[in-house]
Amino acid sequence: MRRPSTLTAYAFLYLVFLYLPVLFLPLFSFNSGTIVAFPIKGWTLDWYRKLGEQDTLIQALWNSLGVGTVVALLSTAMGLFAARAFVRYRFRGQRAAEGLVMLPLVIPGIIVASSMLVLFLFIGLKPSLLTVVLGHTFLALPFSVSILKSAFDDFDASLEEASYDLGVGVFDTFRRVTLPVVSPGIVASLLVTFTVSFDEFVLAFFLSGNQPTLPVYIWSQIRFPAKLPNVLALGSILLLSSVLLLVLAEYFRRRSSASGVQ
Amino acid sequence: MGVWVIFRSEASRGYTLSAPATAYVGFLVAAPLLILIAYSFWTQTYVTLDKTPTLKNYSDAFADPLVRHLMLRSIWIAGAVTAVTVALAYPIAYFIAMKARKKTIWLLLITIPFWSSYLLRVFAWKLILGFNGVMNSALLMLGLIDEPLDFLLYNEFAVVLTLAHAWAPFAILPIYVSLQKIDPSLLEAATDLGNSPFQRFMRVTLPLTIPGIIAACLIIFIPTVGDYVTPALVGGSDGKMIANLIQVQFGAANNWPLGATLSLIAMLSVGFVAIVFVITATRLGRRIR
Repeated sequence: MRRPSTLTAYAFLYLVFLYLPVLFLPLFSFNSGTIVAFPIKGWTLDWYRKLGEQDTLIQALWNSLGVGTVVALLSTAMGLFAARAFVRYRFRGQRAAEGLVMLPLVIPGIIVASSMLVLFLFIGLKPSLLTVVLGHTFLALPFSVSILKSAFDDFDASLEEASYDLGVGVFDTFRRVTLPVVSPGIVASLLVTFTVSFDEFVLAFFLSGNQPTLPVYIWSQIRFPAKLPNVLALGSILLLSSVLLLVLAEYFRRRSSASGVQ
Repeated sequence: MGVWVIFRSEASRGYTLSAPATAYVGFLVAAPLLILIAYSFWTQTYVTLDKTPTLKNYSDAFADPLVRHLMLRSIWIAGAVTAVTVALAYPIAYFIAMKARKKTIWLLLITIPFWSSYLLRVFAWKLILGFNGVMNSALLMLGLIDEPLDFLLYNEFAVVLTLAHAWAPFAILPIYVSLQKIDPSLLEAATDLGNSPFQRFMRVTLPLTIPGIIAACLIIFIPTVGDYVTPALVGGSDGKMIANLIQVQFGAANNWPLGATLSLIAMLSVGFVAIVFVITATRLGRRIR
């Protein structure tokens, strides 16, 4: 029985490797010294207090929230239809279509970013939050499709058939039977796609023009050592909110699986 | 309700419902690619774009030793990242699939850090590995070293370490799925036939997880070749990759045709390496079996 125990030890070490680097950001965001190194000089909340005074930061936050919301709605709407098509219906070219929708996951970021910049300028769209929305929706779509596919997987099709047999129309059946059952999946997809957009940097860097999103703003601050504590405080808030959103998403995703079984 | 008659057949419903998503992704893959190809045959002097088709960008790119150097280094670094990440991840996937009691908790624990901003995770490594950074200061404080180590940041090592951290779940999940699929009776049969646990692993478990390993390698290798953030933040001048050069063409150098050409060359190189890899790995997998 020695093998499992070394393996377990390795697993816990691996968790430390995964979590420790990320935890240094919040740790040093409370450091009163401006250099990120041990020993920690003292504890302070000043860096967090100063965040609210920065207008460009607040503007970037609003940009990110706006982009994230629109991206979440667009990609979840398209993902909802596509996921339903992929799970419920069989048609020629289905596997190719499913593969195509997953493609944004594996194209290198720099190629997506540079080629979209060229496309948008070619058709006369100046880099702005609109082009960021279009790009992020592309990136978020595979996430919403795969989440919603598993939501529909767990959905018993005979419920819909029963509704049709009882004379309920297509739209009403979707609204009153399908939607309530897959709604936790929809919420999970909205949360995940929002976070994908909220955290994304490279595409936004290329496509945002002079309307920076929050990661683009952080990038512009990283170069200045004097701004470091600010970045740490802001980064810690972002880390915490991303994790909270996704734990919430996971909760809804689980609920969607659970309700499908009933 | 008359409109719905056309949507009666299963297939047409499938097409209609999946059309928005596939059309959107299809358009945003194909259209930029076509324009990128067009741009790669054009030339640009300062702000004027000359649309006379020419192969000048390609001959420039292939003649430039910097391009060749950065392309080869990107592929080498991506290969190293892939190997390190998969090697570190395999035991974890094995642990979760075969040994762990609370599988879902472990899977959740593994994926949570991935959901934090990629930019911030890379930035965290920059702070950790820096000359006056977290690691050096901690080691100094503990008295393990007398002066800061200067080989931690701004080199290929930093890039590989940072990306092995960033890609962890992408390696663990596909391998985990392929381990889950193994029929336990195969393992029992191997034991009954007198295989030691090690032999059983090499003859049954490992060959059956080759599809998972291939998937993990592709998911990591392809995006890594074109990674911009990590080489820019922790790579220094020794760790720069092709994406950094492409960004310069679209930014400061303002030579979009050359940038487009480099993007295409990068894409083709990645595709070529990936195809060669899949073929070799599949053959190798058959031979073990």
